[in-house]
Amino acid sequence: MYFHKQLRNLLAGIMAVLLAMFTFFGCSSTKSKTGNDDAAEQVYVPPGKHDEFYSFMSGGWTGNISVYGIPSGRHLYSIPVFSQDPADGYGYTEETKALLNTSHGFIPWGDTHHVEPSKTDGLYDGRWIFVNDRNTPRLARINLKEFKTDETLEIPNTAGNHAASFTSSNSEYVSAMSEYSIPLPKPLGNGTDVPIDSYADNFNGMCTMVKVDQQTGHLNVDFQIELPPFDYDLGRFGLGVSKDWIFYTDYNSEKAHTMLEANASQNDKDFVLAINWKKAAKIAHQGKGQIVSTEYDHNVINHKTGWAKTEVKKKVRVLQPSDLEGAIYFLPGPKSPHGINVSPKGKYISIGGKLSSTVTVYSLDNIKKAIANHDVSETINDIPVLSFKDVEKEQVKKAGLGPLHVEYDGKGYGYNSAFISSEIVKWSLETGKVVDRHPTYYSIGHLTIPGGDTRKPYGKYLIGLNKITKDRYLPTGPEMFAGEQLFDITGARMKLILDFPVEGEPHNAAELPASLIDTAQVKYYDLDKNENPYVTRKEKDAKVVRKGNRVDVYMTAIRSHFVPDNIEGIKEGDEVHFHITNLEQEWDIPHGFALMGMRNSGILIMPGETRSIVWNPKKKGVYPFYCTDFCSALHQEMQGYVRVSPQNSNVKIAYGTNKEL
Amino acid sequence: MNASQKNTINKRNRILIAIASVLLLAAFLFPLWQIRLQAPQYPEGLGMNIWVNTISSLHPHNIKTINDLNHYVGMKPINPSSIPELKFMPYLLIGLLGLGIATSISGKRSLLIGWVVSFAGLAVAGLVDFYKWEYNYGHNLNPNAAIKIPGMSYQPPLLGSKQLLNINATSIPYIGGIAVMIAFGIGIYVLVKEYRKNEESQTKPKTQPKQKIAQPRVTAT
Repeated sequence: MYFHKQLRNLLAGIMAVLLAMFTFFGCSSTKSKTGNDDAAEQVYVPPGKHDEFYSFMSGGWTGNISVYGIPSGRHLYSIPVFSQDPADGYGYTEETKALLNTSHGFIPWGDTHHVEPSKTDGLYDGRWIFVNDRNTPRLARINLKEFKTDETLEIPNTAGNHAASFTSSNSEYVSAMSEYSIPLPKPLGNGTDVPIDSYADNFNGMCTMVKVDQQTGHLNVDFQIELPPFDYDLGRFGLGVSKDWIFYTDYNSEKAHTMLEANASQNDKDFVLAINWKKAAKIAHQGKGQIVSTEYDHNVINHKTGWAKTEVKKKVRVLQPSDLEGAIYFLPGPKSPHGINVSPKGKYISIGGKLSSTVTVYSLDNIKKAIANHDVSETINDIPVLSFKDVEKEQVKKAGLGPLHVEYDGKGYGYNSAFISSEIVKWSLETGKVVDRHPTYYSIGHLTIPGGDTRKPYGKYLIGLNKITKDRYLPTGPEMFAGEQLFDITGARMKLILDFPVEGEPHNAAELPASLIDTAQVKYYDLDKNENPYVTRKEKDAKVVRKGNRVDVYMTAIRSHFVPDNIEGIKEGDEVHFHITNLEQEWDIPHGFALMGMRNSGILIMPGETRSIVWNPKKKGVYPFYCTDFCSALHQEMQGYVRVSPQNSNVKIAYGTNKEL
Repeated sequence: MNASQKNTINKRNRILIAIASVLLLAAFLFPLWQIRLQAPQYPEGLGMNIWVNTISSLHPHNIKTINDLNHYVGMKPINPSSIPELKFMPYLLIGLLGLGIATSISGKRSLLIGWVVSFAGLAVAGLVDFYKWEYNYGHNLNPNAAIKIPGMSYQPPLLGSKQLLNINATSIPYIGGIAVMIAFGIGIYVLVKEYRKNEESQTKPKTQPKQKIAQPRVTAT
């Protein structure tokens, strides 16, 4: 009897636990983990039809940008930016190598973070994409007519270039910003070789305003602002009424330099830095601040010749906050904030409280009022700190755990990602009330709505960029592509309609309507306008020229042969420069070039283009080369031989195609 | 009808001849003929325009592409500057235009006949020449070509469509050619009209008044 009672109690206990588990987890299971039944129709783009949007996703540690079609999620292309690409020779060819030059030397890899399309009047204009390298502080500009990197610019006096590549309403400026503070050289600081534990005294953050030439797109460091040694995390330029401002979040107001996960999470509040960039630029152009010596590389492609050139720059203008009276403020922010996003009309600024469950919303009106009333609670490094109560508009409660970023749909709603609770939360911008939430799989970082950072978001879709993939796809060993999720946000409730895997680790993404980009695409290069110094426009002009131990091979490629395809007279230890011109004048007929024993890279040469690659043969022998891009029915036959002789041999330079040497 | 009237083209027909002559100018402004090539891997289109004095690409660099493709089956490259017809065709057309204007101004029937006959002669010669060029181009193949298909030739059609391996070639007259055809049509029309008028004037009394003769009404009662 006693045993029976025990068993009954045990069973009741198990039932209670099960019931509790059901109620607890039951809530999230009301949202389908696999999307809606009619989702297929919404994301189906029939064969031969095009997607509605291009999505540009930063690749994170791939150092590149990947391009996807939305709503299908199809991978369209990957643009090499900060990382060499042995597929097409980016960063290996003589033409493109200089794009990866820095004051640290040649750096063949990067960590791309924030993809930011150029804007006109607060709207995407389809001219360029800007993106930052976090590790080696650099910015890049991608030309959207070719999907190629046109320019890279190193950012001096900066480290951990995370809060970067944001651009103003008319892309007058792109901003770069230090996350990691570093000791600055004299006269800015006390020199760069200082004890790490002198962090609070000797380290500084640095905000950089990079001017964009509106005609050429060329980037130029206009001025920098020296800042207290906090970790500046993310930023956004204002829009509409706030378009003269830029806002950055920062954490580590504790000024910790070790064990930051604990030591930089002590203060109850951190800061938002607000700079009136228009005023700051005016002050800088009046000659304020100091011109200091430094060294940073600026690498630009010349479109006529196709060659990138490095210009080593030696000077930069640095302003102190004291120079910027009335143009720079700290707003007290939530503890350890992360993303900061400006609403389409520019009135509200939302900040994700990474370690809390709230999104804090500031209003520009309140900020302006606080400035006018001098509601300053303290001053840090000559930067006035406005009083929190005065600038805050509302707190979005129940914004999930660990809210990171906010995007806007242009219909009065904000959507925030919540990393820890793995969900997207939708709330009204007016009231701050949560109206919908949807789980993500898993641990969402950034999220993006097409045009979500412009004056007029396209709405319609939302993409969640998840950090953890786990079981969402067929497993591929310990590492997997990142799992992105597409939501339909046209209705009152978010609808999950597609999962799609993407390469690298996209930190953010930007979607542009296809019509802004697709018709302007370059299909091939005009051979007559090819001003590469090593171009060979006609087969009869192909030649091999020796000068000392440098041999220049001026080669042509056309379906389905190279001229010359037999080369003799190369010697061990020579430096052989192959300059290959693709004579085709037709869309999508690249030729490739690969040579046995080539130690750097194969290359792809677009129609009408010339590409140069260097080979140092070490051993005598005959080396076959061939076209790597299946170009025609006789592609296999597109091959040739280079004969390498010992250094002391008297084999003369001889070459040709379809003739005896 | 007196002798001068008999040999003179009437005003309306003279205007028509003038219009026909001016229409010939279209041959200098627009291609005469167009050959379009369709193949699965050329969704963007491929083709060439045949002008009175040259051959041009339908889309930039199409001739180069066509030559690249054709060299596999051993066809000779199309090189407009080496086609002699394209050199003297413009002069023949200008001559035809001038003769038309002269016919219109003078109103001489003898010139009209000369104009239409030489027009016809030129048109036939032009088409025959075009056909012969196409024949040569499609049959005269390099024996060392990579692709050799026994019995296969690659002559494009003069008019209409033809499948040549993976390519469907369509040949049609274009604006310039259509204008020339209309001009020729007007020439024939005027000639026929003038010829009929001549016949009428010979069979009918010269001063037949044109008046309607009222027919007596028959009404059934």
